[in-house]
Amino acid sequence: MDSTTRQFKDNARGALDDAQLQNALDKLGRGFPLKRLEAAARLPEFERLRDQAREIKNHVLDNLDFYLEAFEAKVEAAGGQVHWCADADAARRTIGEICKAAGAKTVTKSKSMIGEEIAINDYLENEGIEPIETDLGEYIIQLRREPPSHIIAPAIHLSMGQVEETFRESHADLDPDRALDEPRKLLEEARTRLRDRFLGADVGLTGANMLIAETGSNVLVTNEGNADLTYSLPRVHIVIASLEKIVPTLEDASTILRVLARSATGQEMSVYTTFCTGVRRPGDLDGPEEYHVVLLDNGRSKLLGTESHEMLRCIRCGACLNHCPVYRSVGGHAYGWVYSGPMGAVLIPGLIGMDEAAHLPNASTLCGRCEQVCPMRIPLPRMLRAWRHKLYESRRTGALGRWALEGWAWLARRPRLYRLIMGLGVAGLGMLGRRRGRFRRLPLAGGWTGGRDLPAPEGDTFIQQWHKGARGDASGERLRRRGR
Amino acid sequence: MTQPSVGLFVTCLVDLMRPATGFAAAELIEAAGFRVEVPAAQTCCGQPAYNSGNTEDTRAIAKQVIAAFEGFDYVVVPSGSCGGTLRKHYPELFAADAAWQARAESLADKTFELTQFLQEHAKSNEKLLAWEVAATYHDSCSGLRELGIKGQPRELLSKVDGLSLIEGQEAETCCGFGGLFCVKYGDISEEIVSAKVADIDKTGADLVLGGDLGCLMNIAGRLKRLGRPTEVRHVAEVLAGMRDAPAIGEPDG
Repeated sequence: MDSTTRQFKDNARGALDDAQLQNALDKLGRGFPLKRLEAAARLPEFERLRDQAREIKNHVLDNLDFYLEAFEAKVEAAGGQVHWCADADAARRTIGEICKAAGAKTVTKSKSMIGEEIAINDYLENEGIEPIETDLGEYIIQLRREPPSHIIAPAIHLSMGQVEETFRESHADLDPDRALDEPRKLLEEARTRLRDRFLGADVGLTGANMLIAETGSNVLVTNEGNADLTYSLPRVHIVIASLEKIVPTLEDASTILRVLARSATGQEMSVYTTFCTGVRRPGDLDGPEEYHVVLLDNGRSKLLGTESHEMLRCIRCGACLNHCPVYRSVGGHAYGWVYSGPMGAVLIPGLIGMDEAAHLPNASTLCGRCEQVCPMRIPLPRMLRAWRHKLYESRRTGALGRWALEGWAWLARRPRLYRLIMGLGVAGLGMLGRRRGRFRRLPLAGGWTGGRDLPAPEGDTFIQQWHKGARGDASGERLRRRGR
Repeated sequence: MTQPSVGLFVTCLVDLMRPATGFAAAELIEAAGFRVEVPAAQTCCGQPAYNSGNTEDTRAIAKQVIAAFEGFDYVVVPSGSCGGTLRKHYPELFAADAAWQARAESLADKTFELTQFLQEHAKSNEKLLAWEVAATYHDSCSGLRELGIKGQPRELLSKVDGLSLIEGQEAETCCGFGGLFCVKYGDISEEIVSAKVADIDKTGADLVLGGDLGCLMNIAGRLKRLGRPTEVRHVAEVLAGMRDAPAIGEPDG
């Protein structure tokens, strides 16, 4: 996917001016966090599970090669094949070749962020193969040719009215006077459209919430059951997954499942949780004849051992997006690439480069709520700061900002001079602002005063007054009144 | 017996913008039985540089703060985010310098955010000066998440006669200040603070309290731009009964 991350500020401005989007983001911000809170409160061991989940992934990242090879051996023993792909291009070509070998005309797809990362749909279309998204949200945005705006709720930016419009336009063969005024009707229409596509698909392409080394399985978690129809009906099942999705055992997978849905949507479990292992065995009633796992690196192994190492624990639940004040203000598209929110701001610079993504680590208040809710306890604020440090050190931070910051820091290290200059500054501002108590406009303060007044300083600094002995009067009088 | 000493790290914003908060803090610490000193060598904790990725300057500033404050029994900061910088981030800065790291850790161990200090070291059930008002409390992010400041200001406020506290549903949600974020990404910051103001409006409170001047100036600035009468103050001012200073962003007199 091409990135518009360089235009983050313009993207954000557009998002802020989009009343419909703001409405959708308000709903998301009210809904998901509350549901997560309630789900966590219902499970006394939730915090302990988070610790366990973190330890599982820490152990995996320390032994990644071992578990990936163990996984491959199990996949092969179950009649499948693992394809190691260093980058997006290798993954696309591998998938294309498998589809061609299967003589595929249509490929059904369940939701996969890795699919977005390697832009597999565009590739397949260019190869003359039709990809069909089967997750409802993904189906809608595929019709609209939009990227997802949230890692678990790809069409969260849309209103029901917009979906209705899209369906009327795209399903032009249906009765134009049909009623589509409630979610149920939209859902039924999509299901009806998709049913034949499921049955007719030559290849089913799914993501993977986890890969299990012990059994060579992939785990699929959905609320719609679309992944099950995607992998079980066609002759060929392709799983695309990034390499950090691996966990050692079924037991480990179940620990992570217990924090995943609770963190994501506040559900105890997603409606469908499926473990797929290899090809159809003699006597099986259904299942694919071919099972391929396309294992993607795409820059991740380079993050091992760096400040972004812990980002590889991420299980893509979306909790950090749902709780992020910035994401909740501008939505996912503003971030300009596949991922968004705090996890995106940490991951994107590592995957597409700091030049492209310089805005993202900076566009955060560092409020820390993401770390507070992350089921894998990823220290996102610390990692955002680490990127800021790298951006600063590599001089990707704007020259004017650097100059101002370094000038200020120079002054802050010279307390007497600082006191003199700052003292004069606040005395002047204090005099100008005393009558109103605040400024509506001030030169060089446009970033602040665009939407806020600037409270005026009192005039004298605290330290000036204190060292002039002002303290005695102020504190003494009130203390006496308090009767001490 | 001499009183234990407290070095008051007043923070750059309180020093420059709102000395009233500093006087209120000093008064509360003194009333709790400590001797307050204000080293003149203090400027800023270095947070703007730290959060901008300028680690080298942050280290230089941190060394200055450590040298100026390590001689006191306690260091008290009327701000969760500056307090968090001293307590949590200074030791991280010197991971490669054992001598300075030890000094940073020793400073961190005796550094407290103001309400945390008052609650832990000034255990008293004595009533504070009365202040008749319906107030709401904004939990500043760094204080809440780095230092665990949540109950302390509320327990202290419960000793103020006449003050009723109405909790906002989004009291723990960021106000959009974020240091330099609020000017670098002013549009987004404005959107976030607008949501904060909407939540404050819902409480019906006449006074917004908090422990961080940056957040409070941001919230007051938005409230005043929208023409709201709601007043904004640092919690120390109410605890010290400091009515003579106008609320943040209000005219003098």
